[in-house]
Amino acid sequence: MEKRVTFNQRALPYLLVLPQLAITAVFFLWPASQALYQSLLIQNPFGLSVKFVWFENFQELFADGLYLEAFKTTAVFSAAVAALSMGLALFLAVMVDRIVRGGATYKVLLVWPYAVAPAIAGVLWLFMFNPSIGLIAFYLKQVGYHWNHVLNGTEAMLLVIVAAAWKQISYSFIFFLAGLQAIPRSLIEAAAIDGAGPARRFWTIVFPLLSPTAFFLLVVNVVYAFFDTFGIIHAVTKGGPGKATEILVYKVYKDGFVGLDLGSSAAQSVVLMAIVMSLTVVQFRFIERRVHY
Amino acid sequence: MVERRPWLTAFSHLSVLVCIALLALPIYITFVASTTTMDEIIHPPLPLIPGDRLIENYLEALTRGVTQASSTPVALMMWNSLVMAVVIAVGKIAISLLSAYAIVYFRFPFRMLCFWTIFVTLMLPVEVRILPTYKVVADLGLLNSYAGLTVPLIASATATFLFRQFFLTVPDELIEAARIDGAGPWKFFKDILLPLSLTNIAALFVILFIYGWNQYLWPLLVTTEAEMTTVVIGINQMIAPGEDQTNWPVVMATTMLAMLPPVFVVVVMQRLFIKGLIETEK
Repeated sequence: MEKRVTFNQRALPYLLVLPQLAITAVFFLWPASQALYQSLLIQNPFGLSVKFVWFENFQELFADGLYLEAFKTTAVFSAAVAALSMGLALFLAVMVDRIVRGGATYKVLLVWPYAVAPAIAGVLWLFMFNPSIGLIAFYLKQVGYHWNHVLNGTEAMLLVIVAAAWKQISYSFIFFLAGLQAIPRSLIEAAAIDGAGPARRFWTIVFPLLSPTAFFLLVVNVVYAFFDTFGIIHAVTKGGPGKATEILVYKVYKDGFVGLDLGSSAAQSVVLMAIVMSLTVVQFRFIERRVHY
Repeated sequence: MVERRPWLTAFSHLSVLVCIALLALPIYITFVASTTTMDEIIHPPLPLIPGDRLIENYLEALTRGVTQASSTPVALMMWNSLVMAVVIAVGKIAISLLSAYAIVYFRFPFRMLCFWTIFVTLMLPVEVRILPTYKVVADLGLLNSYAGLTVPLIASATATFLFRQFFLTVPDELIEAARIDGAGPWKFFKDILLPLSLTNIAALFVILFIYGWNQYLWPLLVTTEAEMTTVVIGINQMIAPGEDQTNWPVVMATTMLAMLPPVFVVVVMQRLFIKGLIETEK
């Protein structure tokens, strides 16, 4: 789509795009190219010698059991976060959509967790499950379960999943509700006249019509779980205990800033960039299709 | 609603209410903890009604911070967060408006190249290029400064796309009329396009304010001095590793304070918030 009428100026448009292009070049393109370049080098820890090694960093990375482990952790984490937050959000959206009176109030009460920073969401849940003082940990102890996510990897994982999903429910909820309200009433009424009950109407009409929204949200939630949850992991578990909750982004940070293994960290960055790019492409292709549909 | 099903409606209300309660539970507990004394917290269970130390704890947090860990007052941290959030939001909107205007309303060589260069930034979140970006900022001497905290986060493909989409829907007659009346590009932008974009700008501001306020990884790297800490980072530093020394009531008061501005913005500007959220994803 293009404008038919435009202004004829030579220098002005360049001046207008200049600020954005300058920032993009300095803080996006240059660092990204540096990451690409670094990923092909091996530096000794004192930075005295640099060797060009082609793809050795990548070979090492994919031969490294710990890295593959982090991949698996990330996959489990993001699948669980997406499933939990989207499942609950869909349920809530369907319920709120049914409610005529009070629906708006419910909406306000359901969207605010979006505004809470991931790291703060982590702190909230950390406090409730704190093994020595947390309220929920205390009641679990009363019924005979000794919760200690500081020592137990599975419990640590559960904790970060719940905290991450808690924050994300409102986002999915808003989109599911918008999707539900876009479904033509006449379809639902016709099905009701034909004798289909609420459950049947949901599975045969509403759910299929919502599937584009659901797919879009799946991509967004996976991106969220991959990248935006760094704050939760850093605040709650620091990747521990052991490496039970060390997701890919956290590993890039840890290997680069704590371990100072620049080559490996850069190679990991490149792998992550490839993942974001493919997710973005998937998302855009899908949106194009939705527009035609 | 298509038909009357009182039981199902009752069930809907009930389940939504239960979920709202579950969502709010962590906040409520945090609030209760922020109004009690250390002594009540270390002897669980926590009381279920707020204590009487509301004002003392919040004042202590705001003016002195957590005394033993870092003595930065939370008021200063919140000021840093506010500066960061507002500069990021305003900066992103400003540069995006300008570049979207250039791309839509002008024909110039390399126009598509500019467009695609901006598009690429969509694929490069800070998290995937932390080390090299950190190095650039360090080389420019911007560590521990507001500029280092905000400028690298200002470039945004999403905002540029949003404005581009919007400008494309603005009728061509407007620019024709403006040109006949002798308005130049700047006047057209200032007097016609900008007023038309106000709702979009406001909606975007809400989203970007929350985005800026909630940043974590970037301030964690760029700020090492206590005076530059943002509140989201500050909380994490207050929780002592040994846990025994953590001054929980004040930490929880700080947590409440850190949540307050973005949650307030979402609740008060709900309509704009939802509009912004849905539009930025198009």
